[in-house]
Amino acid sequence: MEPVNHVEGRAYPFGMKNVDTDIIIPAEWLKTISRNGLGKGAFEALRKEPGNVFDDPRYAGAPIIVAGDNFGCGSSREHAAWALIDMGVKAVIAPSFSDIFSGNAFKNGILTVVLPQEAIDRLVEVATTDPISIDLEHQTVTTPFQDRFRFEIDPFRKSCLMGGLDEVGLTMARGDAIATFERMDAQRRPWLVPAAA
Amino acid sequence: MTDKPRTLYEKIWDAHVVETRDDGTALVYIDRHLVHEVTSPQAFEGLRLAGRKVRRPDLTLAVPDHNLPTTPRLDAEGKRIPIADAESAQQLAALEQNVEEFGVKYFDATSAEQGIVHVVGPEQGFTLPGTTLVCGDSHTAAHGALGALAFGIGTSEVEHVLATQTLLLKPSRTFAITVDGTLGYGVTAKDVVLAIIGRTGTAGGTGHVVEYRGSAFRDMSIEGRLTVANMAIEGGARSGLFAPDQLTYDYIKGRPMAPSGEAWDRAVEWWKTLVTDEGARFDKSLRLDATDIAPNVTWGTSPEDVIAITGSVPDPESFEDASKRIAAVKSLDYMGLHAGQRMEDVTVEHIFIGSCTNSRIEDLRAAAAVLKGRHVADRIKQALVVPGSGLVKRQAEAEGLDRIFIEAGFEWREPGCSMCLGMNPDRVPSGERCASTSNRNFMGRQGPGARTHLVSPVMAAAAAIKGRLADVRDLMGNERG
Ligand code: SF4
Repeated sequence: MEPVNHVEGRAYPFGMKNVDTDIIIPAEWLKTISRNGLGKGAFEALRKEPGNVFDDPRYAGAPIIVAGDNFGCGSSREHAAWALIDMGVKAVIAPSFSDIFSGNAFKNGILTVVLPQEAIDRLVEVATTDPISIDLEHQTVTTPFQDRFRFEIDPFRKSCLMGGLDEVGLTMARGDAIATFERMDAQRRPWLVPAAA
Repeated sequence: MTDKPRTLYEKIWDAHVVETRDDGTALVYIDRHLVHEVTSPQAFEGLRLAGRKVRRPDLTLAVPDHNLPTTPRLDAEGKRIPIADAESAQQLAALEQNVEEFGVKYFDATSAEQGIVHVVGPEQGFTLPGTTLVCGDSHTAAHGALGALAFGIGTSEVEHVLATQTLLLKPSRTFAITVDGTLGYGVTAKDVVLAIIGRTGTAGGTGHVVEYRGSAFRDMSIEGRLTVANMAIEGGARSGLFAPDQLTYDYIKGRPMAPSGEAWDRAVEWWKTLVTDEGARFDKSLRLDATDIAPNVTWGTSPEDVIAITGSVPDPESFEDASKRIAAVKSLDYMGLHAGQRMEDVTVEHIFIGSCTNSRIEDLRAAAAVLKGRHVADRIKQALVVPGSGLVKRQAEAEGLDRIFIEAGFEWREPGCSMCLGMNPDRVPSGERCASTSNRNFMGRQGPGARTHLVSPVMAAAAAIKGRLADVRDLMGNERG
């Protein structure tokens, strides 16, 4: 994974609440067996509306989305994260995220920044004219107008994002601990392995 | 461990922690992994690229469901009919190749055991109390009906579980939802879960694991509990749990993958410890009275947009929250409804009985009981009934339910996700309306522009007969109370 530290540039002033995963990437795009190429389907339904932010040339290729509460609710499809990556998005700022989406985003190196609604309102306003800057190391979001919002992030996620670390590899290094658990558990729950059906 | 009273969730969690890190994140052992065609290809691809194996193929079970067409799968000579859609065919082929290459147990698209992954797990005895169970699908919470800590994961996590049989997790908060009392006539598990989501909203459970408590749930069948836990995610919770009880053991005993003999006795002994201790505390709680719950329908494009069938479309202005007002205006526009319209006056063109929420044998029996000797209304363009698995289908056929559905004007299909989501050929055309027993009424969920009203199986049957959303109690004789 690419290490993430600064994300800087124009931001889609989206602001919508309860953006579900069907809005981010409709089901018919889930048939792919690859992680690439999903950007074309991102926000497909919204893009049919004239004047939508995603087709506005001011924001073309913007690396940031500023959204409302409960971003990414709905299904567990990781395609939502892949679609955002494919459209060039590296960070989403919102007052809250669905648990599954923020996990998927993190695992794909997308930064999810939680800020209160007042900050979101301000950032939506700024985004229509100016870039926004996210500094992961210092946990701040800033604008060219001296706005400075501090955000919290899980320290493990922060270090993985900054180091570009692969989670599967990290866990595989704990193979001995997992094997010890399996031996102990086989005593405690000998019935666990399913009968061959 | 500890003498502090613990909730059911905490007991299952504690039993699966391999190790805990300083920041509170735990490496948690996963006992059961269900795999389907849509969210797994990129995970297997990741293993292949890194030269990794599946750590515990014996704890992994794969079955295709999401994009399989529900039309016949074998021709007259018993030969497999290929899937017409090239991308669906490619996903199915990828799954078949991956289970072969990585040695994972697989139910083929034409086997009797095939079905929706969340119907198959419990039915096979793969889902057991006190296990941690995951699947790359958000409705995995369903398995919590049997006391499994079950939740949906993304494809990166699917890869993580395949490679390591663990996940890195933070403990969740706990949420007790208690429903006491007896459900009214014509009121089902689906109405209970819709009532809950109507109260909590779709974000009410975020960060929490729900435990369903109270007499209404104790009296509920396992299949009803599966319906309730299935929609825990619609209330924002990652998992929903029912403490295992005698009904649970009776349901599991004798299923093909369940323990037997002495192993069974030892398992039950452990399962009996899986109850929330007296004095354990929950982070949040909600109480409902079963007698207040009516047959429900949804009016909008979020599962929280719930109203009793006897009610009317709410006025967006009546919502306190400004964003909810805006969302409601948008929803009503999409749904083609207006404030004040009586729900019973809303006509429908499509009926869907199926999905992992409501496609088990009890669901089909209940819908068939309403449909028996009746026929769908003239305005109904398509009425589908899609059993949750090949075994459910066989059972229903043995009971003659297929005849009742067909004579009533329904199509009797092969098992799969079908019209629950618009990724196989079963779809609701744009601008048309469907009374659906599935779990999501999002914009475009049943096909672009499709309008979905979530209902129980008996309410779907009532809507089919009337050609509009209808109160099933009016069709069930004069026992209405
Ligand atoms: S039936 Fe619907 S909700 Fe259930 S697994 Fe299939 S697509 Fe998902």
